[in-house]
Order: sequence, then structure tokens, then C-alpha cells
Amino acid sequence: MNPEKALMTDESEAPEILAPSEPHTQTRIDVSAVAAMAGQRADTETVFECGDINVYYGDFLALRDVTLDIAAHEVTAFIGPSGCGKTTFLRCFNRMNDLIEGARVDGTIHYHGVNLYQDEVDPVEVRRRVGMVFQKPNPFPKSIYDNIAYGPRLAGVKRSALDDVVEGSLTRAALWDEVKDRLKMSAYGLSGGQQQRLCIARAIAVQPDVVLMDEPCSALDPIATGRIEELIAELKTEYTIIIVTHNMQQAARISDMTAFFSVQANEMGHRTGELVEYAPTSLIFTNPDDPRTEAYITGRVG
Amino acid sequence: MPQDTSDLSVADLRTSASRRAWSAGARWAFALAALATVLVSALIIWTVASGAWTFISQVAWGNLTEIGWFPRRGLFDLSTLLVNSAQISIIAMLVAVPSGFGAAIYLSEYAHPKVRKVMKPTLELLASVPSVVLGVFAISFITPSILTNFFDDINFFNKLAAGIAVGLLVIPLIASIAEDALRAVPVALREASSGLGARKVTTSIRVVLPAAMSGLMAAIIVGFSRAIGETMVVTIASGGGDTSLFNLALTESGGTITSAMAALGLGTDQVAGNNLAFQSLYFLGALLFAITLVLNMLGDVIVRRLQNKY
Amino acid sequence: MSVLTTPAGIATGAADALRRRPGADVAGSAFKWLLIGATVFATGFLAVLLAVMIVDGWEVLSGNLWHFLTHGFSQRSAAEAGVWQGILGSLQVALVTGLFAVPTGVATAIYLVEYAQGSRFARIVELNIRNLAGVPSIVYGLLGLAVFVQTIDGFTKGKTVIAGGMTLAAMVLPIVVITSVEALKAVPDSLREAAYGVGATKWEVLSRQVLPAALSTILTGTVLALARALGEAAPLILVGAATGFMSFGDANVFETFTGPYTALPVLIFNFARQPGADWGVNAAAASVIILVLVLAVNGLAIYLRNRFEKQW
Ligand SMILES: Nc1ncnc2c1ncn2[C@@H]1O[C@H](COP(=O)(O)OP(=O)(O)OP(=O)(O)O)[C@@H](O)[C@H]1O
Ligand SMILES: [Mg+2]
Repeated sequence: MNPEKALMTDESEAPEILAPSEPHTQTRIDVSAVAAMAGQRADTETVFECGDINVYYGDFLALRDVTLDIAAHEVTAFIGPSGCGKTTFLRCFNRMNDLIEGARVDGTIHYHGVNLYQDEVDPVEVRRRVGMVFQKPNPFPKSIYDNIAYGPRLAGVKRSALDDVVEGSLTRAALWDEVKDRLKMSAYGLSGGQQQRLCIARAIAVQPDVVLMDEPCSALDPIATGRIEELIAELKTEYTIIIVTHNMQQAARISDMTAFFSVQANEMGHRTGELVEYAPTSLIFTNPDDPRTEAYITGRVG
Repeated sequence: MPQDTSDLSVADLRTSASRRAWSAGARWAFALAALATVLVSALIIWTVASGAWTFISQVAWGNLTEIGWFPRRGLFDLSTLLVNSAQISIIAMLVAVPSGFGAAIYLSEYAHPKVRKVMKPTLELLASVPSVVLGVFAISFITPSILTNFFDDINFFNKLAAGIAVGLLVIPLIASIAEDALRAVPVALREASSGLGARKVTTSIRVVLPAAMSGLMAAIIVGFSRAIGETMVVTIASGGGDTSLFNLALTESGGTITSAMAALGLGTDQVAGNNLAFQSLYFLGALLFAITLVLNMLGDVIVRRLQNKY
Repeated sequence: MSVLTTPAGIATGAADALRRRPGADVAGSAFKWLLIGATVFATGFLAVLLAVMIVDGWEVLSGNLWHFLTHGFSQRSAAEAGVWQGILGSLQVALVTGLFAVPTGVATAIYLVEYAQGSRFARIVELNIRNLAGVPSIVYGLLGLAVFVQTIDGFTKGKTVIAGGMTLAAMVLPIVVITSVEALKAVPDSLREAAYGVGATKWEVLSRQVLPAALSTILTGTVLALARALGEAAPLILVGAATGFMSFGDANVFETFTGPYTALPVLIFNFARQPGADWGVNAAAASVIILVLVLAVNGLAIYLRNRFEKQW
């Protein structure tokens, strides 16, 4: 029943962790799981506290009044129709929006209690702690080894320790066995799915605390997608993960919390995104509060 | 393993001072370099303008319209140089425009992609032929082997050969701008024409050429500007001496704005600093700068308009 | 036979109409051959040029080439004169040109693309670069004479290789900037984001990712610019390369940078100005040498560019 499984012969470790990635449907989400999750949330630490986030591109308000908290060691999924500001919001967490000409973020994001948007904070250090994986795999045009080693080198990791960092990161990204014999070869020679896992390895090589993923599987085939999902489930024990996805089954399979964003056109036709609902994933998919959420997840809009 | 974040403070979210300093320093260095390019322009303008002003404020106006260009005798007839420059540049255009446009049309409309792939770099290669070589070519081949067959009493140094050689020099420039203009014409326009049963020649002449007209104009303007500014060919082939008498005959020698500058430049060791002859060098430079700037800006505006059109 | 055309007859007629008839499109093929003629003329004159120069310079190229390449300028006789000083001078000038133009040009391009894209200042600089690209080379000679030779003679020591190199650097600066801007714009943003994403500073993103990715194209532009400088004589005449001599004697190589100098194209100009057929032979032979040099350098650059094209 599971075609991926046959291909994962080298995946000997931790079989129970594979469970969440199996292509389940709604049936998996039952009331007991919700209860368990609710219980679990009570004692987790908060990584991000966002207060009244508004994001502008020039004069254009792209995202309005988002307030939510992100819990440690959970997978939080952002879903919603195209253009509702998921990417925009995700890029607030590592101040990636600073790089966009004219983009402005109003409001506060506290990261372990420190406001990320105060003057004293250097976005460079934020990005080291809050890593990012992009929609399209974007390895550097360098060797596999140098792709992983780039970040640690910048952070001042000693030469002698680099080999271990590279091996460790690739292992945790479930790529080591496939590439260990060709570390010096160009990363461009890898398949799309391998490249994306390389990008994940690159992100975790600098020992971040959070990993942001913007539709990491949208350019991948189902088999590669399955492997990334497994990986996410595994990484969650060490990292806090925020993932944007258009695939609702994926959100249901891998995430603990889900935020649903929607987009509203005002009188003048400006389309501004907003947060509609934020709740444990199982609740969102079984018993959404807001009719817009329900319409979206049942496929009536979007 | 991710590091401990239990009591994170702002200080932890600072990058090391040296990395920040490098980044900030680099930014200033790059900005400084960009400023340097502006400085080059400013210095050019200042140089030619101040030198030209010295000349204008001291020269007797009557000496600007004389029998010819004899700077050491204080005779600075501008019409001599302007007419010679214009004559040579027009000859150059007569040579360069037909063959440059022809090559451009062939490459953009007719040539097999493989031919195109070879010819484009060849044109670029041609653009790099040093102008002194074309000057030598003019006096060692164009005049003695070709022009003497048509003109019995042609001067060894003459404007016609200089013009032809300058023309050869600007062909690649004209061909390349024209080709860009032709290729900017949307394929849909060509298809619409051939869809109505038009032959290729009809499509090319009636549809593609008119659509690319402004770009072709730009090619002519920029090519003309380049021809006016060309120095070595003219100095070797037409205006070798530092003096020239006004004349309209193309078979005679004649100095241009640029060759007069080169001649004055060659003599700068002899001509002492505050002599008017020396200052006329800057005056000519200012004149040349102004003419080519106007032409280039005109060409630039046209090309930009073209880029926005489709 | 029936005069009525059967459907089959129509079909035959139609097939005939569609068939290409020989000589039908006379105008079309005449036009095409005209274009081919123009193209052959436009590109073929290089072959004529080379042939003429080789024939004219054959006396030197065939019998005397080694002497010609290894001896300096001589005012006395054409047979004694050589181009050695010109070649060395050109290489020295090109070196100085590169040292000034490449860092400035690449840095300007970086500023335009990576820091100030779309800003007012960037637009001014871009307009300025486009205009500089059209300024005739001899005008740069005036800049060199007034500024590099006279105003800052403390640094350049007057009419020297350094002044000449700086003059040509100003001239080729637009070429370096324009090709570098193209090169940087071709580097995809995803590469920059990837580097920022692991916590690189802007300088680290540029120096370790963007510049290496753009390097081959920048290099090509640089080589093209230097080839242009190598063939240029007009500005050098104004900044002192005309003398045709070089203080070589027992001076060390560094001192030659601050002494009198000449360059290959200026030397050719000097040969061409001398009366007498034997000097003409020298001019032609030296022309062949400079053509081979410039075409080789350019060809290399074009080859490199086509090779590295489309990495993304
Ligand atoms: N760099 C930018 N400059 C200007 N507007 C932008 C920019 N990036 C995004 N926007 C606008 O902001 C709004 C939100 O875009 P965003 O990319 O965040 O949406 P999204 O939810 O990620 O969409 P998708 O699902 O298609 O990726 C859109 O209207 C978009 O046009
Ligand atoms: Mg998005």
C-alpha cells in the first residue's frame, strides 16, 4: 500500500517515527489525539509571541493584525489561499523581509522574550538561529560539502570540526548515506528531492533553534515529499518548525498546530491577508470554528 | 544540537563586531567606487569646460572664421574642421549603414541559427580591430589600390579613404544595434504578415523594418557619433599635419576635430602651457564632447523608448 | 475533353499553385543575396585587412620577425626598428588599466545591483555610465593630460605608464561596469536568499556566493575591456606615449612604470607617419602583430563567455 516504503531500505532507524508520514486521511485525526495535543501544549515553551503584526510592501498592506504564539518542538502549519500572506508572515520570523525593498513590519515578535524588531537586534544572527528552507531547492553552486559547511564557517566553526558538522547535518537530514561518497561533487548533480534535503541539512548545520519552511515540497514528486515529511517529523524533536503548505493532507499529517489565513479585499480592491483561525491541527480539520476555514479545507474555496 | 535558549537576551542576537564592520565597510567601499565613476564624468566636463573657457575668453572672434585651421599662426577656422568631420562621417555612414543594416537584416530574419551563432561573435571580434590598423589600411590599400583607379589626381592623404576606413570601423556597431532593434520586433507581427500570404521579403521590408525604425535610427545616430569621435584613422589617412586649409574636395586631405586634437597633443611638448594653440585643444575637446553627448543621448532615448514599446 | 473542371482537377491545380516555381520569387531571392552580400562585406573585410597587412609586411614578417619583436624603436632606419618597447609598454599600460578599472568597475556594479537598485543615486550613476560609454576616446586623453599628468603628477610622475593606464582605465570603466552589472543581475535571488538564510552578512553573501557565481562573466567583460585598451592609441598620444622611446637601460622594471613609455598602437602610428616604403612595411608588420594580439584576447573572451553562458 505504501510505495515509498519499498524505496526506503536504507532507512533503518526509528521506524515508529515514520508513522506520521504515512499517507493518512482525515480518519487519523480523532478526538483522543486532540485531547492529547491539548494536554501537550500546556507544558511546552513558547518560542515566538507575535503581537499585532502588519506587513506592508510600500503602501500596500499585505497582512493585517496577526497575533499568535508558536510553541517549541512543535510543527506549526500555515495554510490558506494563494496571496493571503503566508510567505510574507513566515519571513517575518527571521527578518527575511528586511531584504525586500520597501517591505515594512509593524508590531512585535518576541523570540524567547526578546523583541526581534528592536534596533539592537542584528538580523544576521536571527537568521542563524531561525533557519529557512525555500520553496524551490536552492543549493549553492558548490560541492555538497561546501553547501553544508558554508554556514558553520561563517559562524566560526573550526576547520577540524567541520567534517563532523557536515556528517551530522547530512545524517539528520537523512541524506548522508546517499551522498557520503560524493561530498566533493557539485550539489547541482543531486535530484530535486535530494537537493531539498540538502537545503534542510544546510539550514540545520548552523544549529538553529527554529526552521522555517516555505512550501518545501511543492517542487517535489510524491516520493521525495514523503521523505521530507518523515524528516520533519524527526527534526521536530530538536527544532521548532513552521511550515507553509498548500497541501492540506500534508498539514494534517505533519503539523501539531495550524494557522489558517485568508485574504479579504477592501472597498478599494486591496487584498489584505489576515489570520482567521489558529488551533490544534486536529481541531482545525475536524471541527473548525470559522465557516471560512471549513469552506477552505473542504475545498469549496481556494 | 541547538544551543540553549532558556535565557536569551538581546546581546545574543548581535553578530560579532568584526563581521558587522566588514559588511559596513564594504558598503562604503562600493558606494565610493560608484561615486568615482561620477567623478570621472565631472572631471571630464570640468577639464574640457575650463580649458575651453580659457580659449574662448582670449581668442579674437574673427580668428574663428578664417581660411583654415592654423593653430600656431592663431587662425582657428572652425568650419574647416567641422566640414571635414561631417564629410568623413557621412562617407563613413554611406559605407557602414547599407552593409551594417544588410548584415543585421540577414542575421535577424534569414540566417540559420547556426550561421547566426558564428556571425554574431565575428561581428564583435571586428569591433575590436584597432583603429590605427584601419588607418594603415587606408593609406596602404584603400587609396593606392582602389581609389587611384577612379580618381587620377587623388591626394595620398584624402578624406574619402579616411571616410571609408571609418565606415568599416563602425559597421559592427551599427550592425549590432540594428540587429537588436530587429529582433525586438515581436514574432507575432511577422507571423501576422506571413499569415496573410506575404513573402518573406515583403514581411521584412513592409513589416519588420518599419516596426524597428526607431531602433535603426538610433543605430545611425550612435554610429555617426562614433564616426565623429574616431581619431586615429583620420589622423593617419587624412589630416596628418597639424594645419589644414578649408576645402570641400573629398580627394584632398583635411583635418577633423579629432585629428586636429591629436596633432596638437603630439606637439604638447613643444607648445608651452599658456599658448592659445594649446588651449584650442581643450576647446575642440569640449566641442567634440558636446556633439557626441547630444547624439548619444538622442540614440539612448530612442533605444529606451523602443525597449518599452514591446 | 470536358471544359468542366472536376474536383480532382481542382485538386491538381491547387497542388500546382502550392508548388514552388523556379524563378517565381525573383525579388525575394535578389533581396536575400543582397543581404548575404552585405553580411560578407561586413565581416569579410577583416580577412582582406589581414591579408593586405601580411602581404605588405611580409618582408619583415618572413625574414626579420625575431629582430622586429626583440628590438626597440630606432629613429635612424626602418630596418633597425622593432616593436619590443611597444609590446612591453602596452602590457604595462594594460596592467595599470586593469588595476584601476576592474576594482572600480566591479565595485560600482555591485553597488548599483546589490545596494542601490532603483534608487535615485543608482539612476544617476547608470545614466552617467551610459554617457561615458559614448565619449570619444581622445576626450579621455584630455582628462588624462589635465588631471592624471598635470594635477596629480606627484602620484603619476607626469607622462608615464601610470598616467596612460589610468587614462585608459577611465575609458574602459563603462565597459567593465556594464558587463559586471549584467553578470550580477544574472545571479538568481534564490542564491542570495539561501546565503542570508543561514546567517550570512551582506558582505559574506556578496563575497562568497554572488561574486563567485558572477565571476566568469565579469572576467569576460574585463578581458574585452582590456582588449579595447590594448588597441587604443588616441588618448595615449595626449598623455605622452608618442615619443616612441622607453627609458629602459639599466632601470628596473618598476622604474619603467614612471618613465617615458610607448605602446604598440602608438608605435604603429609612428611607423605610419614616417615617409618611405620601408617604414610602411614596419607599420604593416606591426599591424599584423597587434591584430593577432587583440583578436586572440577578444576571441578568448568571447569563447569564455559562450562557454559559461546559462549556468542557471
Ligand atoms: N516582494 C513583494 N513586493 C510587493 N508585494 C509583495 C511582495 N511579496 C508578496 N507581495 C504581495 O503580498 C501578498 C501576500 O503574498 P505572499 O507571497 O505572502 O502570499 P502567499 O500566501 O505566500 O501566497 P502563495 O500561496 O501563492 O505563496 C500578495 O498580494 C503579494 O502580491
Ligand atoms: Mg508563498
